Amino acid sequence: MVKQPQNDGFVVFDHVQKSYDGETLVVKDLNLSIGKGEFLTMLGPSGSGKTTCLMMLAGFETATSGDIRLDGRPINSVPPHKRGIGMVFQNYALFPHMTVGENLAFPLEVRGMGKDERETKIKRALDMVQMYDFINRRPAQLSGGQQQRIALARALVFDPSLVLMDEPLGALDKQLREHMQFEIKHLHESLGITVVYVTHDQGEALTMSDRVAVFNDGRIQQLAPPDELYERPDNAFVAQFIGENNKLEGVIETINGAEAEVRLGTGELIAATPVNVSKKGEKVLVSIRPERVEFKPEMMPPGAHMIDAEVMEFIYMGDLFRTRLRVAGHDDFVIKSRNTQGQTMLRPGEKIKIGWSPADARALQP
Amino acid sequence: MAATDTQPDDPQVLRTVDGVPLKTALAVASRRARIRAFFLVVPLLVFILLTFAVPIGQMLSRSFTDDKFSANMVELGKWFDANGKAAPDEAAYAALAADLKTASEEKTAGNIGTRINYELPGTRSLFTSAARKAKDLEPPFKEAILALDPQWARADLWAAMRSASAAATLNFYQAALDRQIGADGNFEAAPENVQIYVKLFIRTFVMSVVITGLCLLLGFPVAHLLAVLPLRHASLLMILVLLPFWTSLLVRTTSWMVLLQSQGVVNDLLVALGVITTDGRLEMMYNQTGTIIAMTHILLPFMILPLYSVMKTIPPSYARAARSLGATSWTTFRRIYLPQTVSGIGAGGILCFILAVGYYITPALVGGADGTLISNQIAFHMQKSLNWSLAAALAAMLLAAVLILYWAYDRLVGIDNMKLG
Repeated sequence: MVKQPQNDGFVVFDHVQKSYDGETLVVKDLNLSIGKGEFLTMLGPSGSGKTTCLMMLAGFETATSGDIRLDGRPINSVPPHKRGIGMVFQNYALFPHMTVGENLAFPLEVRGMGKDERETKIKRALDMVQMYDFINRRPAQLSGGQQQRIALARALVFDPSLVLMDEPLGALDKQLREHMQFEIKHLHESLGITVVYVTHDQGEALTMSDRVAVFNDGRIQQLAPPDELYERPDNAFVAQFIGENNKLEGVIETINGAEAEVRLGTGELIAATPVNVSKKGEKVLVSIRPERVEFKPEMMPPGAHMIDAEVMEFIYMGDLFRTRLRVAGHDDFVIKSRNTQGQTMLRPGEKIKIGWSPADARALQP
Repeated sequence: MAATDTQPDDPQVLRTVDGVPLKTALAVASRRARIRAFFLVVPLLVFILLTFAVPIGQMLSRSFTDDKFSANMVELGKWFDANGKAAPDEAAYAALAADLKTASEEKTAGNIGTRINYELPGTRSLFTSAARKAKDLEPPFKEAILALDPQWARADLWAAMRSASAAATLNFYQAALDRQIGADGNFEAAPENVQIYVKLFIRTFVMSVVITGLCLLLGFPVAHLLAVLPLRHASLLMILVLLPFWTSLLVRTTSWMVLLQSQGVVNDLLVALGVITTDGRLEMMYNQTGTIIAMTHILLPFMILPLYSVMKTIPPSYARAARSLGATSWTTFRRIYLPQTVSGIGAGGILCFILAVGYYITPALVGGADGTLISNQIAFHMQKSLNWSLAAALAAMLLAAVLILYWAYDRLVGIDNMKLG
């Protein structure tokens, strides 16, 4: 399962703030500790501050206040070329006037490395991404995926202990992107490097990371391993941002430790797990994953409160059936069922009863 | 695909509804389109032919020919054809007398004299005065003509007439290279005091190189700034760069005269600041300094615009990548940024240089004696001395030099790499 690296604070953001115009903070009081060898992803919508954090770490932006430490050493005033951090850019940024070999030689030359040593390292790095045959090509003669591999090899060729990746797979098509996700993941595992990865693609974040930091509005909303992030979101933003999600508004009727009952606006009573709410009568948003909703009475999990639903739309998606329901006055409630042998295909207009395990319904502050 | 390779009567040949093979029908259609397209460009083609190709052709042919002498001195021409380089005898003088008589009747003595005057300055009056008295000449002509003026016996005069008796001549190129045919008929360097063109060519090229270099030095940072500034500021700066284009060339040049002359603004300011004394006012006008300053200013946009168009396409991530890979900002500039701007430098450089080499107005106004360029000399021969053939020869040499430069650029950098915007 998920490897939990020892968190010795290899990269530390300590009360970091960043403002471009002196008025609004793009990054607000960021505290983050990344362990050595960890694969950490910064995930968030555009403008959430994740790229700014990466740029501060790389040295292209300076923190307005707070400390950034790399391996225990404050790096706020260290210029980017002395940080020794490998970086992969979204558009690859391979130097167009140099061959693949020259591109890889560049970081070694500026470090004053001898020719023999350079060639050994270049060969090793290119072999790592299976691109040694392309050493004499120019970047323009390579496909997007090949350029991506070269960019990766270039960021790794000088043996940095930390590699930053800024949406590196954004320009690739879906299939290649998924393939490269695994390749990067494998490289990370075999080299033992620390990776800080920025993306706005939640699937990518969940697939690759040891931990994911979800950014919004300049703050980390939740920092957790992928499974926890998906199954136990801390707040309404994370619940909405990661994966598809149904939300029902209501008021807490009873609360008893880890169990609560919520009265919906239309009068139905449902079971839920309170997350960041504690008081009776408090307004809550109950979030339920579409695939955790059950509609067959014989399969209903224990403790489920069943409520009425009407089928609005049925979409055949191949491996999944996606059914849109009207629940508690809203007609955007979605359930997903796997296309297994004998699965029920619901018809629009059909009246059914749905329910879920109270553990899967999380009552969050709206 | 296979159908196109098969025989015409093969049933597999694709045919249109009318039974015409599809391949033929397509060829007809595309030929029609080509003809239509050609007719659209005909006006421009004719315009270019009439205003560009024909004048250049005429200039080139004029630089090799001058028939002012040969067309009017028919008899003497015949004698030269028959006798070659022999010393002029009685028959030669008789032919000369006959031609001078015709010249006086047709009033062409001035033209004839002008042609010989190109080669031997001060000989024009010899012809005009002899022509006036030509109808009174009696045999023996040699003595009669020598009696008019003993200069008629000069060997170099006869050599000049011999070479002018053919319309086609390389004399003008020879003059443009500061060469002359000596009395013994050999090429030799012209006397030092009349050597001007080679020096002027060298000066033109050196100054053009200096001006192009200054444009690059001044224009590179501006172009970079234009490329990296936010759009709002960049467009303001772009207006400042383009402003000179919207102002008359004469206005710009005369403003430099106002600024740079010895009683001008710059000198006054320097005196007021105590940098120089009133007696030590700098001479920045009517010399090379004036030409270089004014022309650098005028040609700057031609350097900035191609540079800008190239720099705009270089994403900032290259510099960031280089920095993250461990390069200092200087190394990043030298190894990553500069090589990517080469096409812009080449385009701007060649544009500035070619414009500078042929520049006329500015050096004429601010150049004084030692700040004028070859084009000013060409204009002089076009307008003042009326030696159009020499002007054409100088212009042709300038054209050849530019073409050689262009060829060299193509070999070294490649014209395909050039980006003009």
